[in-house]
Amino acid sequence: MNFYERLMQLDRRWVYLGVAIAVTIPVLFPFKVPVYVTPEAKSVYDFVENTKPGEIIFLAIDYDPNAMAELHPMAKAIMRQCFSKGIKLLISALSQNGPGMAEQLISEISKEYNKKNGVDYVYLGYKPYFAIVMLAMGQNFRIPFPTDYYGNPLDSLPMMDGVRNYDDVKCVISIVAGNIADYWINYANGRYKVKVALGVTGVMSADYYPFLQSGQIFGLLGGLKGASEYERLTKQEGVATEGMSIQTVAHLVIIGFIVIGNIGFFMSKKNKVKR
Amino acid sequence: MRRQLPIFIVFIAGIFMIIQYFIPHQSFEFIYEYAMDWIIIIGIFAMLLGLWSLTRASVSKVQTKAPGWGFSVMTLFGLALMLFLGFYQGNKSIAEGTHFMDLFWYIYTPIQATMFSLLAFYIASAAYRAFKARTILATILLVTALIIMLRLIPLGPISGINQWLASWILTVPNMAAKRAIWIGVGLGATATCLKIIFGIERAYMGKD
Amino acid sequence: MVTDLNTALWNTIAMFLTFCIFSFLYKDNPFYKIAEHIVVGVSAGYFAVILYWNGLVPKLWDPVFKQGKWYYLIPGILGVMMWTRFSKKYSWISRLSIAFYMGIATGVAVPLYVQNYVIRQLSSTMLPVHFQNTTGIFNLLIIIGVLCALIYFFFSKEHKGAMGSAAKVGIWTLMVGFGAGFGVTVMGRVSLLIDRVIFLRNYFDSFFTWFIKYIL
Repeated sequence: MNFYERLMQLDRRWVYLGVAIAVTIPVLFPFKVPVYVTPEAKSVYDFVENTKPGEIIFLAIDYDPNAMAELHPMAKAIMRQCFSKGIKLLISALSQNGPGMAEQLISEISKEYNKKNGVDYVYLGYKPYFAIVMLAMGQNFRIPFPTDYYGNPLDSLPMMDGVRNYDDVKCVISIVAGNIADYWINYANGRYKVKVALGVTGVMSADYYPFLQSGQIFGLLGGLKGASEYERLTKQEGVATEGMSIQTVAHLVIIGFIVIGNIGFFMSKKNKVKR
Repeated sequence: MRRQLPIFIVFIAGIFMIIQYFIPHQSFEFIYEYAMDWIIIIGIFAMLLGLWSLTRASVSKVQTKAPGWGFSVMTLFGLALMLFLGFYQGNKSIAEGTHFMDLFWYIYTPIQATMFSLLAFYIASAAYRAFKARTILATILLVTALIIMLRLIPLGPISGINQWLASWILTVPNMAAKRAIWIGVGLGATATCLKIIFGIERAYMGKD
Repeated sequence: MVTDLNTALWNTIAMFLTFCIFSFLYKDNPFYKIAEHIVVGVSAGYFAVILYWNGLVPKLWDPVFKQGKWYYLIPGILGVMMWTRFSKKYSWISRLSIAFYMGIATGVAVPLYVQNYVIRQLSSTMLPVHFQNTTGIFNLLIIIGVLCALIYFFFSKEHKGAMGSAAKVGIWTLMVGFGAGFGVTVMGRVSLLIDRVIFLRNYFDSFFTWFIKYIL
């Protein structure tokens, strides 16, 4: 086996070690990188900025702990922007382990802004069969959610006075991992014409550009990059902004491995032809 | 009858829902709202099926002392502990700050998040091994991926060009490709739904 | 993060479990297996409790026993019928509940899939084409890309001649799409690892700060 063939067949644990070092060093020695804001992220920010105090935004926390890394910073940034502007939030958690995510978010951010449950925000909680829940909410929020997450009847909450369905909220911003995003577009926007914006994981972000172009969603935040763009727009540097510098180093290392693999491939091929 | 009745129910319910979409009359809305409401209640019981299935499988493994039965004890222990903590304080158990939520945050969340973080290593390894410019198509894929990955890296004077190029790739050719895929998904899903409604597709019923 | 003994203990458990999972990168081992099996049990328990307090109580128990809406027993009975799935003799009863759900879900989906995934997407592809600026040219590229990619997926006719050339342009478009998908996927996966490493850094930082303070 010559050098180039060995280059192509490096033990995968060396690759793991390379990635581990690439992520650990910038965590221990942080630095800053510029964050370029995309028009699709700015659309979400501008919409929330133009929402008047007292109006309601529906924030759907539709992710589990496995997507927390990318989506929790995004959800925090949006929630902070809404609370700082006096916008009321109607929150749901339609993924199986999402309720815990939303509960943590609410308890942390509402304390920062001194917001009260039932007055400044209402947390609806979870129900199974999210597609049916979305359709039912289009008729009346009380059909799938007669009570909030804590067991309080919706009719007893001051914020829900006169709030019946999607017609009474400005938009739905869904922070989502998985195919729940498809149903927000298809059912909530498709049937009830409520404006929808998505905050999705990096893996999913490339898939939703057709809906952005067609106007079925008005904004798209993609992964940790989308979260860092939103943090930049709202001037609150957090985990996402810190993560961008680490992403830079990790990406360089992965690109390096791809280049090494290709050099090995082409040089081995060349040597085989010579022989 | 055991197969015909469910097929008949699917047909009636399916056709009613399709017609209901086009006729926003109050009587249709009335049935529609109740249907949505009842489905959610049925869904709650359906989800609990999974819990029963897991418990049965773990208990069976422990009873028969199958290989790895000790790990099934851990599963049952975790399940029992969560159920106990989730009920002993009533509905206050699910609020932040309780032991139930502590287990969610300090046991479930780190394990789940770390399991998925292993994918970072696997994708690097997969990219190193499989991402070779063997053919023109593979080269197009590779070059596109590199441009998208480079948008996170400050490239000095050519950062602006790379940002524009990445944005163009996402909003023009990528958008066109994904649109074709979504149209295919829509047509396929519609065909499958119609096959279920008309009783051609019966896999959901299971075997006799 | 670590501010007192309680948070120190919980965060130490979280740190230990994180390393248990990371140990799988070297090779499979009992620590990884323990963590894996615990998470399955804890996850199932968590979901069952949430289903009970958020689902069963407000949707069935309260309406039937506190509000006197006895007709809610009908979906309750349909739900319990689902559980007959595990019985060999009575599993056919569960088909009735499943049929009810399948009929409604598929009926609702048909017009919406056609409207949103097909008609709306096709109508959004009808873009103005002109050569006055780059927008017109890019619109043309979008139209060609969508049509050629759709032609590529049409396997009922052999990809020869004009159709073959269109299918070739289609597969190039799809490759650009998949390449973009891979690029964003790398970012997505690395983000997950970044979060864990930041957690470990914050844990060790705050733990040793607290520990020194606690000892002193």
